[in-house]
Amino acid sequence: MTAANATHPGLTAVRDRLWTAVRAGDEYEACAVVVGAVESGLDPETALLDVIGAVQLRVGTEWAANRLTVAQEHAATAIHERVVAALAHDPEHRGPAPSRSRITVACVDGEWHALPARLLAEVLRRRGWQVDFLGAHVPTPHLIAHLHQTGARVVALSATLSPHLPTAHAAITACQAVGVPVFAGGAAFGTDGRYARALGADAWAPHAREAARVLDRGLARPEPLAIRQTVDDLPHLTDQEYTMVVGTRRELLKEALVELEDRFPPMRAYSDRQRQRTAEDIGHILDHLAAALYVADEDLFIDFIAWTADVLTARDVPAHSLDPALEVLGLRLRDFPRATRILRAARDTLARHLPAPRKPGDGQHV
Amino acid sequence: MDTSQHSLVGPLDAPTEGAWGSAPYPVLVADIQGGVVGLNPAAAVLLPTAAVGSRLADVAPAWIASAHEQLTPGPATADDAAGSAAHGCLGDRVFQGRPSRTDDGNVMWWLVDDTDRRKAEVSLDEERRRTSFLAAASSALLASLNLERCMEVTASLAAEHLADAAVVVAPARGGRFPVTHCGADGQVVHRLVEAEPAGVPGLGEALRGFPPVPSRWIDPAGIASWLVPEDLPGVGSAVVTPLPGHGVPAGALILLRAGDRQAFSESEEIFARLFAARAGAAMSAARMYAEQAAITSTLMRDLLPPTLRAVHGVEYAGAYRPSAESDRVGGDFYDVHPGTDADRETMVVLGDVCGKGLEAAVLTGKIRNTLQALLPLAGDHQRLLELLNGALINSHHTRFATLLLASVRRLGRTVHLRVTSGGHPPPLVVRADGRVERVDTRGSLVGVFWNIASTTAHVELAPGETCLLFTDGVTEARGGPLGDEMFGPERVEDALAHCAGMPAEAVVDHVRMLAEQWVGHGTHDDMALVTVTAPRHAHLSAVDGHTRGRFTA
Repeated sequence: MTAANATHPGLTAVRDRLWTAVRAGDEYEACAVVVGAVESGLDPETALLDVIGAVQLRVGTEWAANRLTVAQEHAATAIHERVVAALAHDPEHRGPAPSRSRITVACVDGEWHALPARLLAEVLRRRGWQVDFLGAHVPTPHLIAHLHQTGARVVALSATLSPHLPTAHAAITACQAVGVPVFAGGAAFGTDGRYARALGADAWAPHAREAARVLDRGLARPEPLAIRQTVDDLPHLTDQEYTMVVGTRRELLKEALVELEDRFPPMRAYSDRQRQRTAEDIGHILDHLAAALYVADEDLFIDFIAWTADVLTARDVPAHSLDPALEVLGLRLRDFPRATRILRAARDTLARHLPAPRKPGDGQHV
Repeated sequence: MDTSQHSLVGPLDAPTEGAWGSAPYPVLVADIQGGVVGLNPAAAVLLPTAAVGSRLADVAPAWIASAHEQLTPGPATADDAAGSAAHGCLGDRVFQGRPSRTDDGNVMWWLVDDTDRRKAEVSLDEERRRTSFLAAASSALLASLNLERCMEVTASLAAEHLADAAVVVAPARGGRFPVTHCGADGQVVHRLVEAEPAGVPGLGEALRGFPPVPSRWIDPAGIASWLVPEDLPGVGSAVVTPLPGHGVPAGALILLRAGDRQAFSESEEIFARLFAARAGAAMSAARMYAEQAAITSTLMRDLLPPTLRAVHGVEYAGAYRPSAESDRVGGDFYDVHPGTDADRETMVVLGDVCGKGLEAAVLTGKIRNTLQALLPLAGDHQRLLELLNGALINSHHTRFATLLLASVRRLGRTVHLRVTSGGHPPPLVVRADGRVERVDTRGSLVGVFWNIASTTAHVELAPGETCLLFTDGVTEARGGPLGDEMFGPERVEDALAHCAGMPAEAVVDHVRMLAEQWVGHGTHDDMALVTVTAPRHAHLSAVDGHTRGRFTA
């Protein structure tokens, strides 16, 4: 875990070998690479975070650049899971016996990206925490029941995608209401943790090592009487814009599709499959719009649109097809000032973003 | 004040002739320099040394004299007719002195006995404070269903509001008492203590639910050291209060005051009992929840889907999602029964019992047990289904099930399967080149007809190929971008087509994620998925694939 170890000269080589194994779907080679590196002196925490974590990040980048399919991404994740398990079960590199408080590590309901949380769980376990790892998309009632049963001292909650923020908020307030402080981690909470703060999380950190340091310092119990309603944290929600967008998502989507066909002629020639993809894309747009309304932050939506434009471009889908979709949604939501403002800002960004020449699949926005 | 006391007072000067002379309240008139210029009989009774000509500072209590000095000199105006009232004691009573100006610039002090109102106000404030504390304490105590957390909240609230330190003792578990301390610093410490409660006055009684021992009976010197927080400088007084549970004692609350603090009053003891009643109820609820949760998890252990792993050189993975968020079990199930050795078949079962939730799960458990007992007959799938069918028809359940049976065995690098459907949608196979095939097996529902029929299919999986078994919760999941479309078998096939060469878990994760994302936040039936995968890379069958060095690439 030392700095010298993290910039180990062999580290890049180990990473490249793991990437090659993962790319080829060869889990045995992947295990051999990582366990071998640990046996020849690589610190296990470095192996977890700077080898497996780094390669997993590359998997995401390569997917965005359309050089990996979703299925391949799943294969890579499954292989990484097995490598983490192999390291955890190896009697020589298993790590110390638990000597510290009990912590629950879980992904919010609907969140499938479990590997970042798994890596954090492993790092904490190796630092002596008694870790209960509940895995991907844990329904909030299960999480709370688990806290009641185990009396965990703290919860580490992971969310990767912004549309999970409202669910994360419900989980954070529920944990705090039963007296357990919440550490929030994962890309959904913002690169600077601003959404973790907006949702009232007790702590946040940008990566697993910092998370371990923050948790080592200890988090205070939430006030037993500090049971909060959603609008106590986010008073702007009383304007009902978020509720409206989520509540009428299906109607909005259907209307947008019909109108889009009028405004965007190429769509008339779309195959069923392309139509479904378009519907999915507009669904994602609505989900991110809802998330942006929820935390009252238009950057959340703008960043998503810029990222989507890159992903579409990498897949040879004309990214300017996003603009009519935003325009149509803007018309549908014209009575909602916050949504209108967010959609207009996103269109402006898209207009500035598109002319920039971009090699398909450089993936720099991931 | 009774005017009959008039006779006690000597002759009065001119100013007494006003209406105030016979007022029921004591009235004292002073010039602005503080000389008494008049008083009524009531005032004379109250201030026996007061007389016209005496100094206010000599005959009246200091709080009146100093309030008098604060008044601005000068003749009466409409504005300063009255100054602000002063409060203070006279003997054991509390009085309010209200100044008002007379026309000639003197100040007339009306003294109103305020004692009872003040007492009422103080006790009202106290009552309000206690009521709001009890309400707040109830909310805080009810927040958690974890016993240790309840004890922690109880101890810290008690230490903050009722005493210098508080200790909560729960009934013994295996001869040891869970003890939670909270000292003046608010730090809470949990311990398990081996102790004899009878040695502590009042504690043994409290733990047996007897009425509390009055604090004046408890000798603080008798409080055992294991009950005293380290930072408490000697125990001056102690109250031991039972924590009443639901019919049984939930433990005891011990409030401690340091040596130099006064003993507990009766009203404080009563208040401690009110608080203890709430704390006891919360602790009992937490204890009952823990007991129920332990029972549930014991009973449910056999109903939960098993964790699958590689067996005899074949990979298995499974995923399960019950229909309701709060459920952990339901009507879908799967099992993998490993062959006794690599030469014998491993039996995979995936099934779907009509219905969902706990009731379906119970029948699911019976079917799983029955199938396990019938394993020796697994060589003949049709026979096995007939026996299970008979068992289901003869039971009192009206439910039925659909099943898939797969007997799996690896020969060389190829994995051989015998697959039989009992009324279940056929499994799918993804070939190394991404082609997806439906396994050709059909059969009757189990538990409906006396006679059932089935056809068994033979499947061979080359390295990297997977057979996917799934329940109709996957294909019939409604959702998608428009919210009301079925996921459908084609989408399952499409998803599987991308899974050639992938590890078993990755195939399960991929299909499951697509189906669940399709559903979104909508409702769905139970979903279960199992994969049987021929590993892409041969490795020795004795290992689970995790151990390094024992496989061949």
